[in-house]
Amino acid sequence: MSGGKHEGTASAERVTGAQAVIKSLEALGVDVVFGYPGGAIMPAYDPLIEADLTHVLVRHEQGAVHMAEGYAQATGEVGVCIVTSGPAATNLVTGLADAHMDSIPVLAITGQVARSAIGSDAFQEADVTGITMPITKHNELVQSPERIASAIKEAYHVARSGRPGPVLVDIPKDVLNATFTWSWPERVDLPGYRPTVRGHGKMVREALQLIAAAERPVIYAGGGLVRAGAGDELYEFATRLGLPVVTTLMARGVFPDTHELAVGMPGMHGHYAAVKAFQEADLLVTLGARFDDRVTGDLDAFAPHAKVIHVDVDPAEIGKNRVVDVPIVGDVKVVLGQLLKVLDDRDGDAAFTPDCAGWRTHLTALKDDHPLRFEQPATGVLKPQTAVRAIYDTWGDDAVYVAGVGQHQMWAAQHIPYTRGRQWINSGGLGTMGFAVPAAIGAKVGVGPDTPVVAVDGDGCFQMTFQELATAVQHDIPVVFCVINNGYLGMVRQWQHLFYDDRLSQVALPQDCPDLMKIADAYGIPGFRVQSVDDLDTVLAKAREITDQPVLVEFRVDPDEMVFPMVPSGASNDDILESAEEWRARLAETGQ
Amino acid sequence: MHRHTLSVLVENKPGVLTRIAGMFARRNYNIHSLAVGPTDDPRVSRLTLVVGTEAVQLEQIVKQLNKLVHVLKIVELAEDESVQRELQLVKVAADGATRSQIIELADVFRAKIVDVDHDSITIEAAGNPGKLEAMVELLEPYGIREMVRSGTIALARGAKSITDGSKVRMQRVV
Repeated sequence: MSGGKHEGTASAERVTGAQAVIKSLEALGVDVVFGYPGGAIMPAYDPLIEADLTHVLVRHEQGAVHMAEGYAQATGEVGVCIVTSGPAATNLVTGLADAHMDSIPVLAITGQVARSAIGSDAFQEADVTGITMPITKHNELVQSPERIASAIKEAYHVARSGRPGPVLVDIPKDVLNATFTWSWPERVDLPGYRPTVRGHGKMVREALQLIAAAERPVIYAGGGLVRAGAGDELYEFATRLGLPVVTTLMARGVFPDTHELAVGMPGMHGHYAAVKAFQEADLLVTLGARFDDRVTGDLDAFAPHAKVIHVDVDPAEIGKNRVVDVPIVGDVKVVLGQLLKVLDDRDGDAAFTPDCAGWRTHLTALKDDHPLRFEQPATGVLKPQTAVRAIYDTWGDDAVYVAGVGQHQMWAAQHIPYTRGRQWINSGGLGTMGFAVPAAIGAKVGVGPDTPVVAVDGDGCFQMTFQELATAVQHDIPVVFCVINNGYLGMVRQWQHLFYDDRLSQVALPQDCPDLMKIADAYGIPGFRVQSVDDLDTVLAKAREITDQPVLVEFRVDPDEMVFPMVPSGASNDDILESAEEWRARLAETGQ
Repeated sequence: MHRHTLSVLVENKPGVLTRIAGMFARRNYNIHSLAVGPTDDPRVSRLTLVVGTEAVQLEQIVKQLNKLVHVLKIVELAEDESVQRELQLVKVAADGATRSQIIELADVFRAKIVDVDHDSITIEAAGNPGKLEAMVELLEPYGIREMVRSGTIALARGAKSITDGSKVRMQRVV
């Protein structure tokens, strides 16, 4: 394993366990930790004062783990958070589960009550390794100070390698306080952990043969490409062979939306052409994607004519939901490199390039004939889609966009043209409301001053974690927080409207409560409100000027607007709807 | 549904059993039987898992088990190519009139009498599940006071061992 910047500083130095924690993080080259102190972790906060790393003090431990996730997603590095025992550690649970679902490398360090008190129901005790076992890639309760450095080094290695994920290290307070002789382990000793990185050569060649024979091939590009940093390889592979590319919610931007081969996003709220491309395809070249139910809809009716090539670093994903014709276990960046190498070495591109110009033309026509549909009146009511497009027009291609979960997330995924991996950050697998505010803060810490970070949040999501505005203010982290305020839990309302006969149950959130301008004021940051389409440009021009501190922009939007296209839950992708009118017509037709 | 026997080598670390049992519970897989014990290497324990499932799901179970960091190796032991044993203790009601019949019955199954009291006999038997079930069926008329059975343990027949082919290396340099 590659070493960090301080590696190799082993000596016979006597340290405390707490010092060992900090030295280990420094040895790994960790620059920033997101955290919140408390009783059991307090020893580790003392050497932090002199440490060669930045600590970002959050307002809630959930914020710490989401910030670590945002940092990791934006940079590709491991995001680190550190909190105390019991309630602090349980506050990490949502973020750890989120990171687990979206394969985000996170290292969580938690304090634990002293070894002698473990199991006694001591103050602020919780069985944190037990609680987090199903939602972490791995975890460990450290039983001796000598074990700290190895545990942290192993955790860091496991978090970032193979299929990335969250790893938790739980350290009892007496272990943090114990004194021992420091040594940094030279190697990671995990005999049971051997991720397969290189794809099988025979399978790689078989994949190319299948592609060459295809008439309607589509690349099904997933979040694994982003995690592997494989955007360049994907671009070269797709463009050399002329393969259309569908990018999942987790993969937005890994292939540029602006490219003629880009077909859009698949799934429940995917672009029409992308959904149809899967249904009509005769080959899915699946790269770092996992046939999630939000993509496939009714699995039995999904891509019914398609053979499947599946490349994934996690063997358990291959064949989990869909039978695969050519399975390739390996890091998708490495495997794409292998595929390109075969193209270089053997018969050249021509022999492997499928004859599918007609298919590409067909998909382009589908894109042109079925654009995203919404109608924005020239004055008055602001449509959320207009707001999202205006946000993009204001902060542009350079910015990183971070979403919460719900309608605003889907509009942000649909209406912003992404051109690179890590430009779009969201909670895909777990669908965690409240993700955007802290994740955007973490992302901004990661990308630095030159890249704007814009949170596109909903009014429901925002109220779950907006206390982290204080973190952004205290640490001078200039994130743009955009709240698409429709006064409802919009996505739930949409479902109640469509599937529960418009019986709206517990989804109204008063648009004026809280008054977001007063929230901005309370945190000492500039706040702007867009009341209607008429003041969109002038307000955004003012907000754009502010780059040296956090800023809050509220968009009061039409609460009736729904997200389309939509594949109703459990339905076949063939039944994709492009508008509410289509839905009503279908209901009338079926006599329901 | 078919009965599959998995032999799993794991690092002898705290919580390994919980991780494995938890994986089964979380993914809605059913464990018929589970037995754990040490191996000749003190750093390694061996689990024998019996699961009732279809082949597709079995593949997923094996893959998910393999993802656990402390799992070293998994092999499936086919029933006809392995020796499979469970241990059973049965306490049967017995008096002067029935004692000798029960002892005779135990002999037929090559079981041992491990405890005798005025009105009970405890029998120890080892074998495959079918044999143990057959013995219990015959003992039932006498009145079974209580009974306990271990999980299945199994080894491949012949000279081959789980570590053949791909030797499990404990000291692996990453």
